[in-house]
Amino acid sequence: MMDQDRQNSLLKQLAQGLPLCERPYLALAEELGVSEHEVIAFIQAALEQKLIKRLGMVVNHHQVGYVANAMVVWDIPDPEVDAVAERLAAQAKINLCYQRPRRLPTWPYNLFTMVHGKNRDEVLAELSQITEQTQTAHYAREILFSTRKFKQTGARFHG
Amino acid sequence: MTSSLNHSVFALTETDRLILNQVQKGFPVCEKPFDQLAKSLGMAPDFILERLQILQQKGVISRFGAVMNHHKAGASTLAALAVPEAAIEATAKLVNSFAGVNHNYLREHEFNLWFVVTAPDQAEVEHILAQIAAQTGFPLLDLPMLKGYHIDLAFNL
Repeated sequence: MMDQDRQNSLLKQLAQGLPLCERPYLALAEELGVSEHEVIAFIQAALEQKLIKRLGMVVNHHQVGYVANAMVVWDIPDPEVDAVAERLAAQAKINLCYQRPRRLPTWPYNLFTMVHGKNRDEVLAELSQITEQTQTAHYAREILFSTRKFKQTGARFHG
Repeated sequence: MTSSLNHSVFALTETDRLILNQVQKGFPVCEKPFDQLAKSLGMAPDFILERLQILQQKGVISRFGAVMNHHKAGASTLAALAVPEAAIEATAKLVNSFAGVNHNYLREHEFNLWFVVTAPDQAEVEHILAQIAAQTGFPLLDLPMLKGYHIDLAFNL
């Protein structure tokens, strides 16, 4: 069992990034001065306890052509929001779906979804299909395309 | 640092897509993760590693690491400012200067500057937002996540 300092060190390193090599856990273990087995066991436990949500790779979708990035916000009546959100979230072209508070009177939207596509027209067409399939065309919504990226860094605590 | 959205795009092969869809879901936690991937993908382990290294070099893979569960490790919120056009550059720079800010995007709306604030606890998140509101003088929306629905961070290529 690793001591607390090493555990914290390992978690910090995992959040920052793993080396992309044949045996990344061995590389991490060597840096920490523990065995590969201990590192693997710790990570597996952390995943099980949901301290780590996921360990994997993140693709930069802009780099591969998905440059239209639309945040679609919806005003769904409170009693319906969970059911509608589940239907939207199940759609393949929707990548994120979160409930957030309204800030009336300025901001009446309580559901946020992200739709990515190769271009604006594609996103709009996808959204049209989505609203038809999920019976959500009648809800008030706005589409906020992004036009510039000022910062995109992986947050240590971001889920 | 700003980046416009017009830049050269990397053309993924079909094999690249298969590999990337797999590793976005999760990277194996075991002694020989590439042997594990080789089984799942029906490709040679060396080939998978080589391909991923190239994709990482080209910036296609932006991160290889752990996503911490923020409910157990810190607090975060999504926020937005309504910024007049003439003030956008300066305001974006100001917002970026706070260490807890990541994901800062300009969007098409009256509330146009959208950013995520992350900090060790809720009080600190609110403190950062209060400073941003005070220093910019622009209307600010604080929009924390109340509930997430089947969030799939894997992006189907």
